[in-house]
Amino acid sequence: MARSPLSVSRFRNIFFGWWIAWAFLHTLLIIGYDYPFNAALVDSLITNGLLMGACGIISNILRYYLPYSNRYVYVFVLCLIFSLIVNALGKFLIILTLTDLAYAQYIPFLSNAYWLRLGFAFLMIGCMAVICVLWYTQEEEQENRQRKNDAEKLSRDAELYKLRQQLQPHFLFNSLNSISALIGSNPIQARNMIHQLSDFLRTTLRKEEEQWVKMEEELQSLELYLDIEKVRFGHRLSTVIKKDENSLQMLIPPMLLQPVVENAIKFGLYDTTDAVTIFISVLTENDALKVIVQNPFDPETASPRHGTGFGLNSVKRRLYLLFARTDLVETQARDNVFTTTINIPKHESYTN
Amino acid sequence: MKVILIDDEPLARSIIKEYLQYHPEMELVAECSDGFEGVKAIQQFQPDMIFLDIQMPKINGFEMLELIEDPPAVIFTTAFDEYAIKAFESHAVDYLLKPFSKDRFDKAISKWSQSTRQGSKEKLLPLLDSASKSPSEQQRVVVKLSGKIRIIPVEDIHYLEAADDYVKIHTREGSFLKNKTMGHFENVLNINQFVRTHRSYIVNVTEITRIDPYEKDNHLAILKTGARVPVSKTGYVKLKSVLGL
Repeated sequence: MARSPLSVSRFRNIFFGWWIAWAFLHTLLIIGYDYPFNAALVDSLITNGLLMGACGIISNILRYYLPYSNRYVYVFVLCLIFSLIVNALGKFLIILTLTDLAYAQYIPFLSNAYWLRLGFAFLMIGCMAVICVLWYTQEEEQENRQRKNDAEKLSRDAELYKLRQQLQPHFLFNSLNSISALIGSNPIQARNMIHQLSDFLRTTLRKEEEQWVKMEEELQSLELYLDIEKVRFGHRLSTVIKKDENSLQMLIPPMLLQPVVENAIKFGLYDTTDAVTIFISVLTENDALKVIVQNPFDPETASPRHGTGFGLNSVKRRLYLLFARTDLVETQARDNVFTTTINIPKHESYTN
Repeated sequence: MKVILIDDEPLARSIIKEYLQYHPEMELVAECSDGFEGVKAIQQFQPDMIFLDIQMPKINGFEMLELIEDPPAVIFTTAFDEYAIKAFESHAVDYLLKPFSKDRFDKAISKWSQSTRQGSKEKLLPLLDSASKSPSEQQRVVVKLSGKIRIIPVEDIHYLEAADDYVKIHTREGSFLKNKTMGHFENVLNINQFVRTHRSYIVNVTEITRIDPYEKDNHLAILKTGARVPVSKTGYVKLKSVLGL
């Protein structure tokens, strides 16, 4: 529920100050017409008291019922009804209070000024209504904005969580199958692979999204992943990793490269039947990190559209969520080589 | 009993070999690391049974089976493939989920030796039909032409034509026969791109340059290549709605 403007003390003071000022002016005006002070005071207090009450009620009505745009005619009608009620009730109360004969001429004066009083009441109540409509509209908008921000943040967090948690059941079960096979033929290697798999799974689970990691660390977990894949695919898979010393100390969102390399392996290994070499190079360019991943592919059977798949989309999406840029991932297919280039802008808190 | 092992991962093959040692009646005649080798080996050795992985280089296990005229009994092995597992379950074909135990393996073997070869083949055809409805399979069609295997991306298909028990697939590089029904392709292909304009024709709407009236109530779709595809009365209605006319 939106706050009422009258709940803010500054506005409340202005509101009451305003009515005191009007009551004062009203009294002075009537004394100016040579009517007795008492009559002027009674008239002023009753009329302005009622108007103030009407304004309070209007403000509360609009708080719970804000007209849709272009339906301000309802507000107009409401103001008119309130002005009529204030006028009638005011006159009734004044007559009730000023019973002394000394005030006898005051009643016709009151009746003569009917339209003026009605106009004044309408203006006052209308003014209040306009202020309230503006106030509540802005208040509502702010609330919407806040809600939208919250929702966006929530869904962003959820999405990042989900993307990170893509544990690739295919990879996991195939690795377990390889271990199962190795236990019979080569128990030492089986044990080694269990350790590699555990280390890899731990790195995928441990990392917080906000905590960027050093490229060096990211490359280590990538190499773990590649080692596991090499056990699975035997001699068919080999990798070449080139890295420049500067880049190793730079920061990168955790597990960003893994889906890219996974994509390269899938693309390379499932689109050709030959041995496959995956090239990964990490370098710095204008203070930003640049990672290039290359894999062979067969242009005859693999339309690049078909090959980009979930992996690259998730990377694009993550980079978009982090940097609000869509141009950070580039892909290129040329001469049977598929190249993915990822640019990672410098982290804001890099210096920390 | 002759057995062939088809799996792209050497370790996955080695564990099956190890389990097979306990079944001396089964003779392992070939080991293949992809579907192409698989097709060749099956033709050469005519095995009684094959162990077949789903995800393999170039063509997957299902696509490989489609290329074989008289497929042997199959025990599928896969690590994780939602579509495949759903297809196996709905057609009661035996499959092994990696990693599988020796007990589970033995069970699959004894189940197979009890059932007749006939039975498992009857299940295989509907399985292949439903397995090829998985999203990745809708993007290409695998065909065999005089011994060579071709993988046709669906975008390259101009139109399909019924030809007895086969469907003739017309592409830029010529036409290929596939042992499927028109109904199958109508179900599997993207309905916003491929329209069945006639009982015997499905056309790729992106290939159409114009539609001419032809005899009474009928039309002819003229393709970019100049090919003329008949459009029946009901086909014309479908075509118009897809083209947004």
